[in-house]
Amino acid sequence: MDMNEIKEIFFQECEEQLAELESGLLKLNDGDRDPETVNAVFRAVHSIKGGAGAFGLDDLVSFAHVFETTLDCVRSNKLEPTQDVLKVMLKSADVLADLVTASRDGGGVDESRSRSLVKELEALAHGELPSSSGHDAPKPAAKAAPAAKVELPKPSDDSGFQPIPFSFDGFGEDDEPAVEGSLYEVIFKPRRELYSKGNEAALLLRDLSRLGEMSINCDTDALPALDRMDPEASYFSWKISIRTTRSEDDIRAVFEFAEWDCDLEVKFAEEASSNEELPMVPVPFDLSILDDSSAGEEETASERGASEEAVAAALSAAETASNVSRAARVAEKKESAAASAAAQNNAAAAAAGAGQTIRVDLDRVDRLINLVGELVINQAMLSQSVVENDATGTSAVNMGLEELQQLTREIQDSVMAIRAQPVKPVFQRMSRIVREVADMVGKSIRLVTEGENTEVDKTVIDKIAEPLTHMIRNAVDHGIESPEKREAAGKDPEGTIKLTAKHRSGRILIELADDGAGINRERVRQKAIDNDIIAADANLSDDEIDNLIFMAGFSTADKISDISGRGVGMDVVKRSIQALGGRISISSRPGYGSTFTMSLPLTLAVLDGMVVTVAGQTLVVPLTAIVETLQPEASAIHSFGANQRLISIRNSFCPLVDVGRVLNYRTTQANPVEGVALLVESEGGGQRALMVDAIQGQRQVVIKSLEANYTHVPGIAAATILGDGRVALILDVDAVVAASRGQSMKPEMSLAATG
Amino acid sequence: MKKKVLTVDDSRTIRNMLLVTLNNAGFETIQAEDGVEGLEVLEGCNPDVIVTDINMPRLDGFGFIEGVRRNEKFRAVPILVLTTESDAEKKNRARQAGATGWIVKPFDPAKLIDAIERVTA
Repeated sequence: MDMNEIKEIFFQECEEQLAELESGLLKLNDGDRDPETVNAVFRAVHSIKGGAGAFGLDDLVSFAHVFETTLDCVRSNKLEPTQDVLKVMLKSADVLADLVTASRDGGGVDESRSRSLVKELEALAHGELPSSSGHDAPKPAAKAAPAAKVELPKPSDDSGFQPIPFSFDGFGEDDEPAVEGSLYEVIFKPRRELYSKGNEAALLLRDLSRLGEMSINCDTDALPALDRMDPEASYFSWKISIRTTRSEDDIRAVFEFAEWDCDLEVKFAEEASSNEELPMVPVPFDLSILDDSSAGEEETASERGASEEAVAAALSAAETASNVSRAARVAEKKESAAASAAAQNNAAAAAAGAGQTIRVDLDRVDRLINLVGELVINQAMLSQSVVENDATGTSAVNMGLEELQQLTREIQDSVMAIRAQPVKPVFQRMSRIVREVADMVGKSIRLVTEGENTEVDKTVIDKIAEPLTHMIRNAVDHGIESPEKREAAGKDPEGTIKLTAKHRSGRILIELADDGAGINRERVRQKAIDNDIIAADANLSDDEIDNLIFMAGFSTADKISDISGRGVGMDVVKRSIQALGGRISISSRPGYGSTFTMSLPLTLAVLDGMVVTVAGQTLVVPLTAIVETLQPEASAIHSFGANQRLISIRNSFCPLVDVGRVLNYRTTQANPVEGVALLVESEGGGQRALMVDAIQGQRQVVIKSLEANYTHVPGIAAATILGDGRVALILDVDAVVAASRGQSMKPEMSLAATG
Repeated sequence: MKKKVLTVDDSRTIRNMLLVTLNNAGFETIQAEDGVEGLEVLEGCNPDVIVTDINMPRLDGFGFIEGVRRNEKFRAVPILVLTTESDAEKKNRARQAGATGWIVKPFDPAKLIDAIERVTA
């Protein structure tokens, strides 16, 4: 692993920390005062700063530092996280995200924005801390400074901290005894705490010896008789004479780690000669022992060491054993070679913590999913050929096949679960968009999210961000009224947009609800008439009018703003949702707001489908679209108009759609009585009956994109390979229904009969 | 024999940096992601020196250091605090908890190795 890879990891981690930061701030915004939330927010910024410092990303470090300082005030209850404070912090989080992006991809950030936020943050931090607000000097500069600068004394920061610099940079150069330089006398008397904190007098003296030429005298007077000796007490003190070119501060710096736990005197003794005035009996102290082994350097230390070592030896044997077995268990659990390699590599770490995760390159997962897809197809083909070639079908073979089928399905589900991810990151991005757009149009809007841990295939997540962004912008720009209008209507001047995700019958449902004015149906209708989308005398239900906004070239905004664009909005949204095999609809109550509902497949890789025959072709209809299937009776079929037909089902009429006609498989109407009707729900909420010739069965199919391998075909969502090895097309139910409303697909786009 | 270092840090970036730096300097490195894991791992790895962060979820650096010092077997192991925390209060708390020394971030490989050399024989 080199620095570039670590940097890559750093940016990945930044993404996670930024998400953590934002969700924490939003929680605080909602009134959460759990200290752990504040801590998590603080840690996120802190981590980013720490990593950024290591890579010398100074802009990022300095901004993160200011942010962190203010957050620390919140953490220590010096600053109440009010809405106003959090507003600044949320903006700061956005700028931090921008800085991360700029550090990764190059490019700049809005300097004035970040500068003004720095000021706001500092004001917040200082506003509550007037006593310590004397220093405006940005401290991060000191932290980001290169190592060479560390030795310089720095100004104390807000908390009154005087960084005590230490550096070994120059130590090596002083190996040659300095002939010149001043003579210092150092008296060093460790207390027992020094040892109990893992410091070691001999090591400190070793470090000191690197500063210059020195002589050491050890005072052992305090050492009691062996039987009265406390093995952990400190009995020795040292008197050192050292001739060095370094300053007194440098000498003290050697004892930096120990200064609390010893008595230390450093005296400048220019003219003193080393041996004359020593009041104690000099005991030469040999530091060379340090070079040989790690054995104790003084009696007390070695005693302590010996007893510890004995215990340690006994324990370590037992531990090695348990460690090995732990590692083995871990290796067993994780079947992959990679996992066991990791376990070997770092047995202890791998054994700890059950909720572990591993990071895998997405390509590998995709490859696995593709392979499992092939496996599913292969298994289906195998089953089919066994059935075809062996009519007698020995039960052992059949049972084996059934088990294989079940296993394959389980493997597929598990593999798909690997790629499933919560929608949280996408939702979090939306909150920033709401903030920014609301700021731009001068509205005050709160985004409430729900069900953000709902999991869906990563490929779906990647593709919903864009349409969702568009819809959010629309909701902020058009949906929510201006604060004045809202107040006039007796509403809370702050608008609310609610974003919800949930699972429903094998699909993910994403709802976007605003509490704005709702759809102005009169205006929508007028606009649709003006734009020739509907006839002037068309008789439309409220729902149908609402759904007009999804038509191409439709925009009701009186003036076009740069936010929601030139009316390319909702029809584009709709198309991209449909391309995902999803549906979108709107429901609206004037004065109370609108709700957009998107229903999306959980995965783009497999689908449960009903295999049907239409005009000799095999088609697959997504099972999720089908409400029920029925065999029409002649008495239930009613004709109206030139070639429209309705079917009456339980006292309601439902338009009959001849799939064969719509797809141009045949030119004449099929006789409904000879076929099967599939009652489907189309995105507008209305029901249609799709006429097919026969139902072959129901099975899970692996989706093969038609666009990727051929080109888009109207009315067809994708293709699949059936058990007998033939290609079958997957019906795009909404497109077929939409096409049946107008005319059939354009002839030049009609399907050539396949295989 | 290689010296063994146990590092405790919740940041993946810093963990990787520590790993690379320490391995390059010829140390054997064991890593934990927070104080709780650090204490768990400690038993099995017998480190010669411990490097820990302060700000961590579940169990922070102070708690971790106290935990190590309470452990009869490991209480004499030198512990270096690796953190961007430069304020005196935090450093003092770390010392009270029993830290041997500290390294002020930004992470600098040379500083880290020097500090480790400084507290180990």
